[in-house]
Amino acid sequence: MRIRALFIVSLIVVMLATACGGGQQTAPAGGGEAAKPFRIAVVMPSATTDMAFSQSMWSALKAVQAEMGGEAALEIKYSENMFKVPDAAAAIRDYASQGFNIVIAHGSQYGASVEEIAKDFPNTTFAWGTDVNTFGLPNVYAYTAAAEQGGYVNGVMAAMLTKSKLIGVTGPIEVGDAKTYIDGFVQGVAAVDPSITVSKTWTGSFSDVALMTEAAKTHIAAGADVLTGSSQSVVGSIGAAKEAGNVLWFGTQQDQASLAPELVVASQVYDWTALIKQMIANYKEGKLGGITYVLELKNDGLKIAFNPGFALPDNVKAAAEKAIADIKSGAITVNP
Amino acid sequence: MTEILSAAVIVGILTSAIRLATPYLFASIGEAFAQTSGVLNLGVDGIMLMGAFSAFYVTLHTGNVWLGALAAMLVGLLMGLLMSLISVTFKAEQGISGIGLYMFGLGLSSLLFKVLVGTVYTISGFPVIKIPFLSQIPYIGQIFFQHSLPVYAAFLLVPLAWWLLDKTTWGLKIKSVGQNPAAADSLGVNVDRVRYFSVCLGAVLAGLAGASLSTALVNLFQENLTAGLGFIAVALVYFGGWRPLGILAGALLFSVVNAFQLWLQVLGVNIQSDVAVMLPYLLTIAVLAFSMNRVRQPAALNKPFERGEN
Amino acid sequence: MPPNLIAAKPLPQHKLNIDLKDVLFRASLPLLAMLAALLIGAVLLLLLRANPFQAYAAMVTGVFGSTSGFTQSLTKATPLLLVGLGICIAFRASVINIGAEGQIILGALAATWFSLAFRHWPGWLLIPAVLLVSFLAGAIWGFIPGILKARLSVNEILSTVMMNAIALQLMNLLIRGPLMDPAGIAAGTYLAQSERIPEQAWLPRLVPQTLLHAGAILAVVLAVLVYIFLWRTTIGYRIRAVGLNPDASRYAGINVSVYQALSLTLAGAFAGLAGAVEVIGVQHRLLEGITSGYGFSGIVAALFGGLHPLGLVPASWLFGSLLVGADKMQRAVQVPSALIDTILGLVVLFVVASNLLSRRWSSRRTIEISATEEVNS
Repeated sequence: MRIRALFIVSLIVVMLATACGGGQQTAPAGGGEAAKPFRIAVVMPSATTDMAFSQSMWSALKAVQAEMGGEAALEIKYSENMFKVPDAAAAIRDYASQGFNIVIAHGSQYGASVEEIAKDFPNTTFAWGTDVNTFGLPNVYAYTAAAEQGGYVNGVMAAMLTKSKLIGVTGPIEVGDAKTYIDGFVQGVAAVDPSITVSKTWTGSFSDVALMTEAAKTHIAAGADVLTGSSQSVVGSIGAAKEAGNVLWFGTQQDQASLAPELVVASQVYDWTALIKQMIANYKEGKLGGITYVLELKNDGLKIAFNPGFALPDNVKAAAEKAIADIKSGAITVNP
Repeated sequence: MTEILSAAVIVGILTSAIRLATPYLFASIGEAFAQTSGVLNLGVDGIMLMGAFSAFYVTLHTGNVWLGALAAMLVGLLMGLLMSLISVTFKAEQGISGIGLYMFGLGLSSLLFKVLVGTVYTISGFPVIKIPFLSQIPYIGQIFFQHSLPVYAAFLLVPLAWWLLDKTTWGLKIKSVGQNPAAADSLGVNVDRVRYFSVCLGAVLAGLAGASLSTALVNLFQENLTAGLGFIAVALVYFGGWRPLGILAGALLFSVVNAFQLWLQVLGVNIQSDVAVMLPYLLTIAVLAFSMNRVRQPAALNKPFERGEN
Repeated sequence: MPPNLIAAKPLPQHKLNIDLKDVLFRASLPLLAMLAALLIGAVLLLLLRANPFQAYAAMVTGVFGSTSGFTQSLTKATPLLLVGLGICIAFRASVINIGAEGQIILGALAATWFSLAFRHWPGWLLIPAVLLVSFLAGAIWGFIPGILKARLSVNEILSTVMMNAIALQLMNLLIRGPLMDPAGIAAGTYLAQSERIPEQAWLPRLVPQTLLHAGAILAVVLAVLVYIFLWRTTIGYRIRAVGLNPDASRYAGINVSVYQALSLTLAGAFAGLAGAVEVIGVQHRLLEGITSGYGFSGIVAALFGGLHPLGLVPASWLFGSLLVGADKMQRAVQVPSALIDTILGLVVLFVVASNLLSRRWSSRRTIEISATEEVNS
């Protein structure tokens, strides 16, 4: 008897849930006709709080939203930690069919999904990165970051600030912008003083903070007095630098000054706001994509955020400014 | 390559290894208690994450790292009670309940971090304490006696756990319950109570393992901070043959090789970084495979006990 | 344990007269446990200021409300089913395989390498060859812990945990070396992915505009084959005997460690297939993070299916639906994705705990039935 009762209860719960679902769906999705907000959805491989790649896109969207006048003007929806591609594909298709104006697939692994789905929604703008391939579709943007450029600038400063002539790099896996940033960094150091040793460690993981911390401590024990690195796990390296007290840090992807205000010299910051604003403007003019967008120093997509809390010597700052100007003008080319 | 054999590098490797071994010692010895009583807890990583978050959060808000460690122990205890309830009282398949506990701990710690903290902060955790006189000994002093409190605590746990398991009635009860619960039961030992105690003790230690990360070794919290460290900790219990000294050997072996591969990379030795990262895992298997001393696992491990079973 | 136990207590045979009430009850218990877990999830949703009714409604309509949702649940069920079959074989021999993550990676690596290396082969030859190679690659990754356990008594939990890490680093090594996409190198992006595999190696899609591919059918067919293998062949019988009572099996002349090693090898092979199916069915290339955690969720799916190959078919679909619906719920009420993991963890804990009640029920019924039979005779 009790079993039957449980059965009935569970059945009722399921039916209630389904019924409510139906009710929810019949309710109008959009608001009034007076001012429909522009709608952007973003699908990200890690969390919005990763202090790195996903957070850079998330804060850019929030900044654009604030500039445009809040949620009434720009509606943003997100799906995070979508490291499983089929889930991401479902999310991308779902947002597109909900009528979002722009759907951003913020991961290089989402390319194939974007290519397939974009064909089914010709009136929606899709953007994906980091990559350079728009598949020849008129409604797809591809975007990437020339991380090597900011890496070069950081490298120039690092070379001028090291006293031990030993610089440590704590990286995750030698791929993507973790690799290109460090390639640029090494070139920047070599441009100032080729006798400086840059030693690199890779932890084989984007998330292993404990090993990343110990890698940084190993560099410090070996005599390094300047460190850099990328991925969400470098927060551990910054902690190690802070514990040592006299080791400097250069950041990338996000402004990391808040983690060690006395020791972070500068961070290369990915600023996607210009890209987002351009896509919105283009959309309103009827142009939906077909463009590859590269974050560079030249187009202010990459910025060097000097930490105001760190007393950077004038000559170092001048050298950094010069490197930025030279890269912008093309006098220096940095190869990834 | 010769550089790797210099005194400074060897001291560096060993110092790193002592630090790296700390969370494994807490978690593995804790797991050894649970397994000796017959309960396989695969959810160590989830408990560690909850412990790491609570220690971090309480320290961030009170500025008192001791309160943080206490919070980690309490949260560990709660997770241990949940695991015991499911594995001992409800006699669930332990391999799977552990994975459920892991998913739960991973999810909840990330959720709490996201809602309550929102972004990564560094905190000032347990300070490094240089032990007077001992820390002055050349080489030895730097390797062993210039660490933070949780590091010392982890190493002191080894003899303590040995004493508790081998020299006390409690230890005897835990072992008997893991070897032959029916016999223990007939002698008047409350099997379920002993298992609850052992699993909870293990979980409290796993909570401390998490706290040792977030308040002593890395001094911050991030989603999935442990990155699977808890699973390695479970593996090391098998390496150590359920004995605290064996676990110490396993944790040190793994950590020394891990520190060694970092130094290989720092010194620019010509080796693929991925191969270097593989080394500790490879060597742990290899050493166990070729070492002759093998201990039989607790006979009732992974077997729920039901009274009156034939 | 008396050594004559095998004779005294024969292995449970499958009765043809299935008791419908019994089956229904046993199937409904996990569902009820799931509902209880979702109820706690509702409290969490309320705390996050989300409407639980709206959230769960989205969960249900996310799977059953559209073709794309429904096919996605089947797409997700496919690797879960394949991994779960392996887990199931290992569990039957009382071996815990934590190594599916690594075995999936090996299968995916082999599939990618083979389909790129033999890209001029026609599809009818290439696809079966790729599946076979991945099956073998996964089998090797399962055989190593198997042989270590059989010959050197290295515990399988230790070796499979370590082998997972080794497989991951092996993939890192290859994906930033020989397998890296030449287009990524040319463009200077150096992305952690391989070249796209040739189109004739892709598994055919079952429904256009969705990701559902022929691998789903393959997985179901294999589930039936595994059932036949475990319950209708001598080797399968011995694997189960080893799991039920190793001491008695040894006395009966079965080489216990050999059968445990065999079960681990087979578990690895099925996980390897899951890796291959993800590459040639879904992604069409090797990517960082190819396993998607299926190595662990496959264990959970195996539990939901009562560690039975045929039970696994609906169970992996149920679990796949749960995952798909949960994602839809995240999109609908915009809660952090960590909430999903928390709720799923609770579901697993509740379902695994409910097994006790289910066992109690069936043992009571067995006693009742045998009592009535005695009376009748």
